[in-house]
Amino acid sequence: MNCKQATQLLSEKLDRPLNAKEKVSLGVHTTICISCRRFSHQVEELRTISKRYVEESKNE
Amino acid sequence: MTNASTSPGSSPSPNMGIFFDAEFTQELRQQMLKFALLQVRDAQLAEDAVQEAMISAYQNIDRFARQAALKTWVFSILKNKVIDLLRKEKRHTAASQLEEGPNINGEALIDALFTENGHWQKNERPQKWDDPDHGVENEHFWRVFDACLNALPEKYGRLFMMREFLEMETNEICDNEDLTPNNLNVTLYRARLRLRECLEDNWYAAETLS
Repeated sequence: MNCKQATQLLSEKLDRPLNAKEKVSLGVHTTICISCRRFSHQVEELRTISKRYVEESKNE
Repeated sequence: MTNASTSPGSSPSPNMGIFFDAEFTQELRQQMLKFALLQVRDAQLAEDAVQEAMISAYQNIDRFARQAALKTWVFSILKNKVIDLLRKEKRHTAASQLEEGPNINGEALIDALFTENGHWQKNERPQKWDDPDHGVENEHFWRVFDACLNALPEKYGRLFMMREFLEMETNEICDNEDLTPNNLNVTLYRARLRLRECLEDNWYAAETLS
C-alpha cells in the first residue's frame, strides 16, 4: 500500500466501515508512515471542525 | 412582551411567551439564516426556508417549555428544509456546471500531491497541526475555514457539506445526487485533501511562521 491508497482509505473510513483486509493494510502502512498518520488525524479533525462550524453558526 | 400582534380570541398557549421575547426570536432568525445561507446559495430561498421553519415552530409551540428545546427543534426543521431545497436545486443544475472550480481538481490535484508511485511529494507532506483546539476559538480561524470551503469546486463543497454539516447518510446523498457510493467516496476524499491542504497552508503553517 502506498500513501495515495492509504489516504483514500483514511478518508473512506469516515464514510463506510472498512473490511478486515483494508484495516490490516492500513494499519501496517500508518505504523511506518508519519505523513499518513498526520493525515489520518487531520481528516478526523476536519470532521470535528465541521461540527463546531455548524454549532458556531447557531450560536453567533 | 413587546409584540401585540396576537389575534385576540385564539387561545394562546402558555408557552407562547417564548415568541414574545423579541431579542430571542431576532437572534434565532439570524442564526438560522446564516446556517441556511451556508448551504443554499439563493438568499431568497434561504429566507423562505427560515420563515417556514419559524412558522412550524409557532404552530407546535405547545411542545416547548424552554427556548433551548425550541431552538433545537426549529434547527432540525430547518435542516430538513435545506435538504429539500438542495434536492430541488439539483434538478435545475446540470452536473457539468458543478465540477468547475477555480483551482486544479480531480486527478490533477492528486497528481500534484503524490509522486508517480503514490508517495507524498516531499513538499506536500502533511505537517504537524497544533493542538486541535488551537485557534478554533479564534474568529479569524472561521474566516480561513470559510474561504477554504468557498475555494472548493462547487460539487466538492456541496457533497462535503451534505456529509459533514447536514450529516446525511451515504445512500441518501447518492439518491439525491445520482452518484454511486464509490463516486461519492472519491469526491469526499478529494474535497478533504483540498480542505486539509488549504487549512494547513493558510492557518496552521501560516501561524508558525509569524
